[in-house]
Amino acid sequence: MNATTALRNGWQKVFGAGARSARPAPGDTSHGTILYLEDISVSFDGFKALNALTLYIDAGELRCIIGPNGAGKTTMMDVITGKTRPDAGSAWFGQTTDLLTLSEPQIAEAGIGRKFQKPTVFEQHTVMENLELAVAGTKTIWTTLGSPLDRRQHERIEEVLETIRLQDRRSMRAGMLSHGQKQWLEIGMLLAQEPRLLLVDEPVAGMTPQEVERTAELLLSLAGKHSVMVVEHDMDFVRSIARRVTVLHEGHVLAEGTIDEVQNDPRVVEVYLGE
Amino acid sequence: MTNISCTLFAVPGASPGPLFLARRALGWLALLLVVGMLARPAAAAESTSFEQALGHLATANFKQKERAVGELLDARHANTRAVLNALLEGTLYYRKDDRRVFIAAAQDASLRLLDPLTMSDAGTAEASDYTKITTNNQLRKTLKSALASFDLADPDANVRLAAVNELMRSLDADSVSILRARQSSEKNDAVRTAISTGLAIADLDSADAAVRLAAVEQLEGSLNPEAFNRLSALVTKADDGSYAEPDENVRNAARAALNEIDNWRSFYRTLETLFFGLSLGSVLVLAAIGLAITFGVMGVINMAHGELMMLGAYTTYVIQLLMPQHIGASVLVAIPVAFLVAGGVGVLIERGIMRFLYGRPLETLLATFGVSLVLQQIVRDIFTANNRPVETPAWMAGSLQINEAFSITYNRLYVVLFMLIVFAILQLVLKKTSLGLKVRAVAQNRAMAKSMGVRTEWVDALTFGLGSGIAGVAGVALSQLTNVGPNLGQSYIIDSFMVVVFGGVGNLWGTLIGGMSLGVVNQALEPYAGAVLAKILVLIALILFIQRRPRGLFPQKGRAAEN
Amino acid sequence: MQTSHPAIRLLAGERGTQVFLALLLTVGVAAPIMHLAFPEGSALHLSSYTMTLMGKYMTYALLAIAVDLVWGYCGILSLGHAAFFALGGYAMGMYLMRQIGTRGVYGDPVLPDFMVFLNWQELPWFWHGFDMFWFAALMVIVVPGLLALAFGWLAFRSRVTGVYLSIITQALTYALMLAFFRNDMGFGGNNGLTDFKDILGANINAPGTRVALFVASAVALGLGYLACRYITLSRAGRVVQAIRDAESRTRFIGYRVESYKLWVFAFSAVLAGIAGALYVPQVGIINPSEFQPINSIEIVIWVAVGGRGTLYGAVAGAVLVNYAKTYFTATIPELWLYALGTLFVIVTLFLPKGVVGLADKFTSREPAARAVTA
Repeated sequence: MNATTALRNGWQKVFGAGARSARPAPGDTSHGTILYLEDISVSFDGFKALNALTLYIDAGELRCIIGPNGAGKTTMMDVITGKTRPDAGSAWFGQTTDLLTLSEPQIAEAGIGRKFQKPTVFEQHTVMENLELAVAGTKTIWTTLGSPLDRRQHERIEEVLETIRLQDRRSMRAGMLSHGQKQWLEIGMLLAQEPRLLLVDEPVAGMTPQEVERTAELLLSLAGKHSVMVVEHDMDFVRSIARRVTVLHEGHVLAEGTIDEVQNDPRVVEVYLGE
Repeated sequence: MTNISCTLFAVPGASPGPLFLARRALGWLALLLVVGMLARPAAAAESTSFEQALGHLATANFKQKERAVGELLDARHANTRAVLNALLEGTLYYRKDDRRVFIAAAQDASLRLLDPLTMSDAGTAEASDYTKITTNNQLRKTLKSALASFDLADPDANVRLAAVNELMRSLDADSVSILRARQSSEKNDAVRTAISTGLAIADLDSADAAVRLAAVEQLEGSLNPEAFNRLSALVTKADDGSYAEPDENVRNAARAALNEIDNWRSFYRTLETLFFGLSLGSVLVLAAIGLAITFGVMGVINMAHGELMMLGAYTTYVIQLLMPQHIGASVLVAIPVAFLVAGGVGVLIERGIMRFLYGRPLETLLATFGVSLVLQQIVRDIFTANNRPVETPAWMAGSLQINEAFSITYNRLYVVLFMLIVFAILQLVLKKTSLGLKVRAVAQNRAMAKSMGVRTEWVDALTFGLGSGIAGVAGVALSQLTNVGPNLGQSYIIDSFMVVVFGGVGNLWGTLIGGMSLGVVNQALEPYAGAVLAKILVLIALILFIQRRPRGLFPQKGRAAEN
Repeated sequence: MQTSHPAIRLLAGERGTQVFLALLLTVGVAAPIMHLAFPEGSALHLSSYTMTLMGKYMTYALLAIAVDLVWGYCGILSLGHAAFFALGGYAMGMYLMRQIGTRGVYGDPVLPDFMVFLNWQELPWFWHGFDMFWFAALMVIVVPGLLALAFGWLAFRSRVTGVYLSIITQALTYALMLAFFRNDMGFGGNNGLTDFKDILGANINAPGTRVALFVASAVALGLGYLACRYITLSRAGRVVQAIRDAESRTRFIGYRVESYKLWVFAFSAVLAGIAGALYVPQVGIINPSEFQPINSIEIVIWVAVGGRGTLYGAVAGAVLVNYAKTYFTATIPELWLYALGTLFVIVTLFLPKGVVGLADKFTSREPAARAVTA
């Protein structure tokens, strides 16, 4: 990238002019695959967080990612969402969108949503405002400054509120919610964004069994229309939702298959039990 | 004496005219002198004793004094030099009643006497009983070359070098012959080079173009300022288009030589800029390194850091007031005291304010700014708003002369050394002591360190004290370089932050390299842009630099560095 | 609760805004009447000095609102707002200098005195146009705005945040101060711009002009407040607060954080510039000491004292601290720095929400200010 292009890209990133119209529709999945990660490597001070990771997610798939601590799960999500730039490799969203050239908001706009490991809702804002911030729509400053939400967005927010069962807490500050409710609110924000690919990092941590069950139902209902990638430690939960499971270890894919295949794979057993 | 014969030789060439009478009178005078000179060897043959020669000085007649100087030289007495030097400096007296000569130092109305024969104390006496032996220009010139030839025989090469340089300032046939005489026997390279430079400069006046050409070639690359001036004069065109140097070849050679000299000079100028930059950089590093610790390790912004430096500088001032007889040692004493004073204040700030504000860096910035205002006002109330005079000890004054184009002032040199020592000690403390281990552990993962049983509160207080103490030590160094006043800290705080930001937080090497490069860049820009503009340019460059490297030269990497 | 258009909510008002606007209106109307209608010596007479002082406080209050918008709402602790204020002031000062005409000490019809003194032969290019009020007024907005856009673009784009940003904004004002101290910059060096005579043809010291400047400051403060309030009530305002609380999270739900920060920063700089432009004709001088880093930090402390993230808190803080400053420097000047320094410490340690937060606590109402940790 030469200096002028860099400057123009920087300009567009900040002023938000013209950047979207120039790009083709993101996430073209005509080949049935929505996410291509190929030979991704990331290192921090010599420590290889990701080591030539290659992973594909199909459109409409619900994929679970498991692996011991330090296997690179969070770093992988950081790469997909633009938070971390890899040292090597390529990451494509569908056929046409090169994720490595986009900033975080551009990736979000292209249709990738993320729920963080630690629930990160805007604690000073009300539940309603949190969803309002997340809801799909034009997010440039001129729009948000000049016009309130349109009716479609309002309807969407109501829908989500119902899904996450927080209707009667809509005016409550998000900081006052319980841990599980915050998890739900964050899932709700993800839904309000209407992404095509959802990255969900440990969704059921700190939830009651009932809440876990409902989360599983929700994720299953999303699959098909959306592609979902779930990182989770809770093996029972994984078993309850997963069709395909990928095991990460030391920054690359150790095994992939159905939950039973993976659990009987001697390498996986060794990684989990042998150390 | 040769100059006198010159006058003599000039007489026959004088044509009769209105000045004839005067010239004839001069001629007679000269003749008289020659007679006097001729008489001298005879006197020498009688081996005029040192004592007699001394007695001849006790006169008002300059001619006689001049002869007496010749006799003193011939006497080759061990004290000759001291006597001649005293005469030159006007500390030679004779007693009115017996015309005995003494070296004397004036003490109020009396004189402290020194017997030149034995160099022993001869007591004190009423000044009114003694007459100072005065000198005139002619005599002083004679004395200077006499002393120079004395010094040229000195066993210390530095004394000889100084003598050669002294002679070079007023080159004439006399000094040239002295230099020539010394040239063959001189063993020391530096002295020999200086002598041949001096002789070459003298040769530029030769009537023989070949001699002048050889002299020019000899002067090629010489850093002697006199050589440069003389060579420049050769190639300077006068208003009528003529040159001082008639010969084309000599002029070309002179141009080449000047070119060469210019190259060397700019080389040494660059070295000098580099050194100035490094010494400025050292000041910046000293100022910033304490900040790097508190900011890097604890994540707090200490806007009162500059005022802690100010406290260090005032500590130096107070120590000097307490031990006025030992200015040389006072600075050394001030270092640990300033460390304790500033460090103590630092611990107070940490315990009183900072510990309530961890995790809220912007608030630490505001609170410590308030502290800085209070500290400034306290200092103003105690020491007034005026700058306080801090003396520079003798061992820090003066400069180290590398060659004629390049010298290093000792205070700048010591600042560089001092900074390196402080840096090394700090590295040792952080790397080798258990406090250092705990500090680094807390810096990397506060919660983890805490659960491992590190008393983080205690580590925080000590870390803050350490950073503050180093600010105090930096203040001692600053007291030797800049004015000590209530605004001392303010003028360094922004620069210090720039160094930390440039170097990267939490990395002492980054601070070292950052400070040094900012210092050098600042100095290098100064001749082109002026001091203020250079500073502005550096600030702008830094703002642009942060574009490329938002976390400085040596960023902390990894997950911990996020947000 | 249906979210309505921010303009409607603005008109519906909230208690703080209503109180503030009512007070501003009262003072803005009463002060000129008390100054003009009551004779000197009357108990109700307001001296020219007091009114000008109040006018000055209002420009400070506008400046404080500008800082509150970026700091209290967007989390950008700018230590550079004194620079925008001073730049606006200089633009106005240049206009006022050009109005002096032949009444200067040297009587040069075009060149200001300091240029004649420096032996300059002609007006530097950047002084052209400042003889026209509209041009100067435009520059009051354009110069701080453009500087903020350029600086903010560089800083936000490379994600310089937190204390780093504070430090480089401070470096910016410091560099500007050094530059403006230079005589050859063409802004009067050390002495700055002063000895103003006329503004828009009216004698700058006439009571009528003083009143007009006071009213203009009050109007600017009111409008600036409403504009900032509108922003904070709009969806954009909530995005900005989201950026303050969790910047990277805001990015992940699709907002161009840099763009938001940049526009808020630039708008705030423009407000600061306008405040500076109103300040200069009332105090009669602008010089490089306005760029001093301490000035920028003082503004921040006004906001902190009043209570950040509320806007009216900023106004209250600016007036309170400056009133204290006027009082101290007139009666016990040597104690002022102690008082100010202690204020910095006390507010950060014990009053994170400022006096507004304190007042809310006593009236035990839902705090209008949302808890903020920078």
